[in-house]
Amino acid sequence: MTRISVTVDGVRYDDDVEPRTLLVYYLRERLGKVGTVVGCDTSNCGACTVLMAGPDSSPVAVKSCNVLAVQADRHQITTIEGLSDHGGPQHPLQQAFHDRHALQCGFCTPGMILASVDLLAENPDPTDEEIRTGLEGNLCRCTGYQNIVRAVHDAAAAMRANGATVPAARPAADASQPAAEEVPA
Amino acid sequence: MTVTDDRPAAEVGSARRRKEDARLITGRTNWTENLTLPGMLHLAILRSPVAHARIASIDVAPALREAGVVAVFTGRDIADAQGSLPCAWPVTADIVHPDHPALAVEEVRHAGEAVAVVVARDRASALDALAAIEVDYDPLPVVLDMEAALAEGADLVHADKGTNASYTWIYDSAQAGSGGSVEQARADAEVVIRRRYRQQRLIPAFMEPRSVVVDPTGDQVTVWSATQIPHILRFLLAVITGTPEHKVRVIAPDVGGGFGGKLQVTAEEMIAFVIAQRLGRPVKYTESRSESLLSAHHGRDQIQDLELSAKRDGTVLGLHVKLLANMGAYLGIVTPGVPLLGAFMYNAIYKFAAYRFECTGVFTNTTLTDAYRGAGRPEATFAIERIMDELAVELGMDPIELRRRNWIGTGEFPFNTVAGLTYDSGNYEAATDKALALLGYDELRAEQARRRESHDPVQLGIGVSTYTEMCGLAPSRVLGALRYGAGGWEHASVRLLPTGKVEVVTGTSPHGQGHETAWSQIVADQLGVGFDDVEVLHGDTRTSVRGLDTYGSRSLAVGGIALVEACRKVVDKAKPIAAHMLECDVSDLEFTGGSFRVRGNPDGGRTLADCALAVFAAHDLPDGIEPSLDADATYDPVNFSFPHGTHLCAVEVDTDTGRVGIRSYVAVDDVGLVVNPLIVEGQVHGGVAQGIGQALYEEAVYDADGNLVTGTLVDYLVPSAADLPNLVTDRTETAAPGHPLGVKGVGEAGAIAATPAVVNAIVDALRPYGVNDVPMPCTPERIWRAIRDAGAAGAAGSGEAQEGGEQS
Repeated sequence: MTRISVTVDGVRYDDDVEPRTLLVYYLRERLGKVGTVVGCDTSNCGACTVLMAGPDSSPVAVKSCNVLAVQADRHQITTIEGLSDHGGPQHPLQQAFHDRHALQCGFCTPGMILASVDLLAENPDPTDEEIRTGLEGNLCRCTGYQNIVRAVHDAAAAMRANGATVPAARPAADASQPAAEEVPA
Repeated sequence: MTVTDDRPAAEVGSARRRKEDARLITGRTNWTENLTLPGMLHLAILRSPVAHARIASIDVAPALREAGVVAVFTGRDIADAQGSLPCAWPVTADIVHPDHPALAVEEVRHAGEAVAVVVARDRASALDALAAIEVDYDPLPVVLDMEAALAEGADLVHADKGTNASYTWIYDSAQAGSGGSVEQARADAEVVIRRRYRQQRLIPAFMEPRSVVVDPTGDQVTVWSATQIPHILRFLLAVITGTPEHKVRVIAPDVGGGFGGKLQVTAEEMIAFVIAQRLGRPVKYTESRSESLLSAHHGRDQIQDLELSAKRDGTVLGLHVKLLANMGAYLGIVTPGVPLLGAFMYNAIYKFAAYRFECTGVFTNTTLTDAYRGAGRPEATFAIERIMDELAVELGMDPIELRRRNWIGTGEFPFNTVAGLTYDSGNYEAATDKALALLGYDELRAEQARRRESHDPVQLGIGVSTYTEMCGLAPSRVLGALRYGAGGWEHASVRLLPTGKVEVVTGTSPHGQGHETAWSQIVADQLGVGFDDVEVLHGDTRTSVRGLDTYGSRSLAVGGIALVEACRKVVDKAKPIAAHMLECDVSDLEFTGGSFRVRGNPDGGRTLADCALAVFAAHDLPDGIEPSLDADATYDPVNFSFPHGTHLCAVEVDTDTGRVGIRSYVAVDDVGLVVNPLIVEGQVHGGVAQGIGQALYEEAVYDADGNLVTGTLVDYLVPSAADLPNLVTDRTETAAPGHPLGVKGVGEAGAIAATPAVVNAIVDALRPYGVNDVPMPCTPERIWRAIRDAGAAGAAGSGEAQEGGEQS
């Protein structure tokens, strides 16, 4: 067992985990963050995508089936459940996915939204083509992606109009935590 | 209690945003895999690594010594309890229907078949212990190719059956009295076209892997499953295992897509059901994606031989279809019936004089096939739309013109087809004209001519697909005549709560379709209540007692009528109560906008909510009136419904590399009247995406030993956003006659229409090179080879086909 300290959706957890435990199973089975789902076993589908930020790095989308829980030590994770406050206004991407009917069964949606958060952080005004290639690592079987592309455009416009990214997309670094150490091999 | 305020004039027809989304976009979802129960154990399944073998021995003792392992089961341990997995559609009296054990007992007949089950305290321990189970397999010959399987002396998938042919099912219009004989048509013909098409094997690849939790600790055994069919699952679990039906409760919580792939009673459900009861503890099994691709049922996999006879003026006369349909190693819930759903659709929208359909189901050592989006109809539509293009080329006629000369005119409905169905309504002219205008058909044809003339290495092709399909499965009497084991009705209940809010219980079982939203819209209009005042309940046999679930584009077309009828009963029950309150005669009342009013007096009405409160109190009801407004309705359709449409696809094909780019795609669908245009468009998008997937990307491939080599999403190419084009969608609306909502069905239309549109476009681009077919999926390599092979053949024979196609 290895001790990790990880902040997930704004709450710090100190836990002992098996070194082989994947981040997605740590989130789901230990923390009950079942909004993050497992869709495949080869890191193709992206359903498990979360945002991960180091002490000194901005959040990036990672496939949590492709990250060991121990690699998340001293990192901040944002899952779909922490992207907006419960009962509060939704993240512009959540709102746009709803408005544009960009989901049907909804299984890929958490990963699709979080990958889109990352995409818009990189490129606040993407073209259709840039959205499509940017989301290539996230599979959806229901929508044919067209409404997802529309939703990402809408959210991008809304976020540009607001002049800033929404705070939840970039969780503030927790100053109380020590600097990152090397991830155990 | 003014429930009608702020309500649009009509909910039906408006693009309501979905109620379902709130939980799905915030991760507050209820997938089966999310469930954890006290004392719950986890199952892991050891699967056969070989396609066909006798199980010589299984030693589970080493696995039992592993940490955390509670039990290990083999097929012998549960053989009595598990029975045989069901096939509900034995299509002929003499069908060969082998036993289908959930957990193999004597023999494995396809790679991935379940052989042993580890039960452990957690998922990882269960998976770890699989490696400790020792199985000795005695290999048996592997049968993969359908034609080889039917040859004299072929090795057998089921040795005791003496044949690999499951059944042969025939429809002949001359025998059925629905048309002439294909022999006569051939004799009368001036042109006869013969083609063979292959429907490659596909995998439904729903995004949520299947998962099942069984809790045997209560008075009912409760089964949560990622299924499309909770009601059918409950019935069949009870029937197969002998468990009293009222002691089984099935819940389909949030279900992440199905596309027919979760229309099954699965081996994994049966294994979990039996083992949970054996151990007396809750168990959970969730498949990995690799297990899903390997062992969840596949779709399509047919060889289609067609003969079309016609006159030189383009008039089609006869169509003779011979089909080989790969069953896989066993028969699933509707495996043998899938080709029959296509049998009635090969004649499509055309007025054939004669039709004959023969289908033989063939066993092979592969994963079983069963329903996948469209189930039989995409195969039929592909074949007829492809061969109509071949006829157009043979006659030197524009493919649209050929179709115009043969399709059923809008004034000819209802139309009795050569396949024995009665098409309800349609307007093929309107949909086609709209699609042609949206695509800019004439301009693209002109550009195509220029590119051909200039020997442009990137050629342009235009593909046509004028499809129809049958929705609204299904009239129970028709199903009975086809030997299907159940009916095709649907059920709905409407409960008026004392506060005027409404609970709707539907027998449909949505898994992405948006029933909660669409059903709310329907009820809002019928009862004059607010959209947000309706709660739609489904997918739990304790709440939704009766239902036949969701597949075959049936939910709205059949379940929607049940819902409307239940609402009308509610209004009828409320009427005497309102009359009593208004001190008038029932016959003086009218019901509009959610209120009963005395006719001619717009003031002083009583709302349904007033009536609901009145029956709740029950202090002052007319004599003999039941104090309830609740109502049930069960509707059995009298006919299928027949949506149709015209899909046009323009592709650019790089003849040097074989790469295809979809330049534009136009879908004009007529799915009857529309409840929610947003949801309809979404269904078309998703269906077309899957149809394009079949045309360009997807194929389940076995190697010579029967190993699935497309066993992960690395190899099985579910299209990504980067692989698909933007679609132009539009509609025409021809109401379904006799339906209170005028709706037809839309769930499968896109998947049915798209595949031939794309492949016709590719072949159209390559006609100057002498290419008249490219097998699916049309990968760059296959296109490149088709050009090369046609070039070689052209060089050897007629030079005409070589025009514009110089090949190095």
